[in-house]
Amino acid sequence: MEVLKIATAGSVDDGKSTLIGRLLYDTKSLTDDKLEAIERTSKQKGYDYLDFSLATDGLVAEREQGITIDVAHIYFSTASKSYIIADTPGHVEYTRNMVTGASTSQAAIILIDARKGVIEQTNRHFFINNLLRIKDVIVAINKMDLVDFSEDAFNDIKADFEELMDKRDYQDQKITFIPVSALKGDNVVNRSQSMDWYKGQTLLEHLEELDLQDIYNVGTPRFPVQYVIRPKTEEFHDFRGFAGKVYGGELSVGDEVVVLPSMTRSKIKAIYFYDTEYQTAPRRSSVTITLEDEVNVSRGDMLVKVGDLPIVDKQLTATISWMDSNQLTVGGKYVLQHGVNKALAKVDAIDHKIHPDYSGIEENVSSLNMNDIAKVRLRLNKPIFYDKFKEHRTNGSFIIIDSRTNHTAGVGFIE
Amino acid sequence: MSTFAEEIKEPKTITSATRPNANALEHEAIYIMREVAAQFERPVLLFSGGKDSITLVRLAQKAFWPAKIPFPLMHIDTGHNFPETIEFRDKLVEELGVELIVRNVQDSIDQGKVVEETGKYASRNMLQTTTLLDAIEEFKFDACIGGARRDEEKARAKERIFSVRDDFGQWDEKNQRPELFDMLNGQIEMGQNVRVFPISNWTELDVWSYIQKENIEIPSIYFAHKRNTFLRDGLIWSAEDGVVFRAEDEKVEERIVRFRTVGDMSCTAAVESYADTIDKVVSEIRDSKISERGARIDDKRSEAAMEKRKQQGYF
Repeated sequence: MEVLKIATAGSVDDGKSTLIGRLLYDTKSLTDDKLEAIERTSKQKGYDYLDFSLATDGLVAEREQGITIDVAHIYFSTASKSYIIADTPGHVEYTRNMVTGASTSQAAIILIDARKGVIEQTNRHFFINNLLRIKDVIVAINKMDLVDFSEDAFNDIKADFEELMDKRDYQDQKITFIPVSALKGDNVVNRSQSMDWYKGQTLLEHLEELDLQDIYNVGTPRFPVQYVIRPKTEEFHDFRGFAGKVYGGELSVGDEVVVLPSMTRSKIKAIYFYDTEYQTAPRRSSVTITLEDEVNVSRGDMLVKVGDLPIVDKQLTATISWMDSNQLTVGGKYVLQHGVNKALAKVDAIDHKIHPDYSGIEENVSSLNMNDIAKVRLRLNKPIFYDKFKEHRTNGSFIIIDSRTNHTAGVGFIE
Repeated sequence: MSTFAEEIKEPKTITSATRPNANALEHEAIYIMREVAAQFERPVLLFSGGKDSITLVRLAQKAFWPAKIPFPLMHIDTGHNFPETIEFRDKLVEELGVELIVRNVQDSIDQGKVVEETGKYASRNMLQTTTLLDAIEEFKFDACIGGARRDEEKARAKERIFSVRDDFGQWDEKNQRPELFDMLNGQIEMGQNVRVFPISNWTELDVWSYIQKENIEIPSIYFAHKRNTFLRDGLIWSAEDGVVFRAEDEKVEERIVRFRTVGDMSCTAAVESYADTIDKVVSEIRDSKISERGARIDDKRSEAAMEKRKQQGYF
């Protein structure tokens, strides 16, 4: 079964939870007991409609405040695909959650309230999805029922959004506009009876047609070694397998490879998945690789194809999204985790802060607060093997760990 | 995180024999198992004998083959398990050649650390937490692999794959570490431990389909069988083994039932079903209109039941 993960972004009261609830309801993904709970609670609150947001707002604090405060994962499936929705909050202070949700998603839905149009929040939602290089973005213009299902209202908002699109860094991002009413169910799963002027697909139709092969960013094969398997049993006395996941491209038996950082060359002898040997390890497969030669390989090392080397360097520039309540400061020392590899990092300089609402940059900055995004220069205690984020979504990103708290304090996208 | 439930799709032109299967969820779970073995000194796999933990065991086998699973299994035994589950557990452990640690809730009761619940809804489910936390301390486990899934319950939908617990086993849901791409941060302080959920992104149907495809053996109570039962609050309870409290006016009747989860007997209701093979179970789940935890009375105690248990250190 194909799995598609979708990030959602919307401001408070744009009806994001209602949209997700509607998707679940119209795809018959809500079970009887969940539906009963929604009906019961909606009635208790005196609503004359079903409050689908109750299907997704998980934590007590959220139910009390009536808002979503963290990333929640919602699952549903159709005959052709399994969907995972990362429901991320839309308030200003939760940029970090949006970045987190988008980092594992291949498509995104940005919600706009048809009565309010493009607002500052919309800029941020778009900026983040573009920064994270999500290939397919749906702009769902919601609450169309409250603007009399007006085509003009839809077109005005679309025109405003298209102005934003000119400013984006990642121009190849595909963007689709859909007029919906999540509350009434128009153009979410079922076609609207009230908007004959709209000839495009419904939200679900669009998602169903996405070709998963097409919406992933393809790069060159990278194999970071997670774990060395040495069974030391009689049967497998000399077995030394390198366990890891293949990113970007695929690797096959016989491929000539280079081990980083030692730069030793060898050839792939065998590829195992569990107890079976295969010819090829496709992208995103967790396999075990053995090499022709006795090469010293340990966790954090990387196998790449000869002639396809990544950048090997101790210095790098990256766009960083800061996520911790403790500030990032120039001169600060952190642990940098790049895939499964770790290095110590020192902040050499903050070039400038980037306002995620497309309102420009800010220079002469010496520290970053939670939710800040900035271009930062780092120096490491040893070289890492990376690609530019533009070219390799996995091998071009890293997280920053504050060793005083062990928190994941930020994420970086390498230039 | 992290679906790295991404990107795998078998090309149609090449036979399946040249490449491993394209189950993205399986590749993701294997990746997580390996991160646990690499990042922690004393990991343990929490094994209940249920289908989710049996699935975890298979994933761990796959992650480390041809080596043995590099961590022990631990069962927190409420003493109210279905006998079929215990038999199954012992057989599996013998086949795997891994260490099994068992810690008993009865011991925690005998030591006066917890008090047995009484009355109609008495269950040892809550009491497990104390026994679990004591065992983590006893063995200095720094990572506990569990079979929880985000689709099970609303509060679990927000759980991380690496979920940090403090010295008291508590979950601080407002201060969780962000998980980006598929990078897992397992750095912790002394005394903390991490709960790891490799099948976070699986649904109940995904688990059943996997058991079907892999032909994994599971305890017999998952399949339709005759059982003496009684009805309460619209749910079917086992009247065998004397574990579930039954009032005199609650009439015992024989029904054809199966269990969708195999938690503590005192809080696990049965469903009427004729699904006596894995294929029938999979099609039943596919058509099912009641969610899995709908048959778990411990969640119905209040709207926020699961979240409260998790804050106290529950699995």
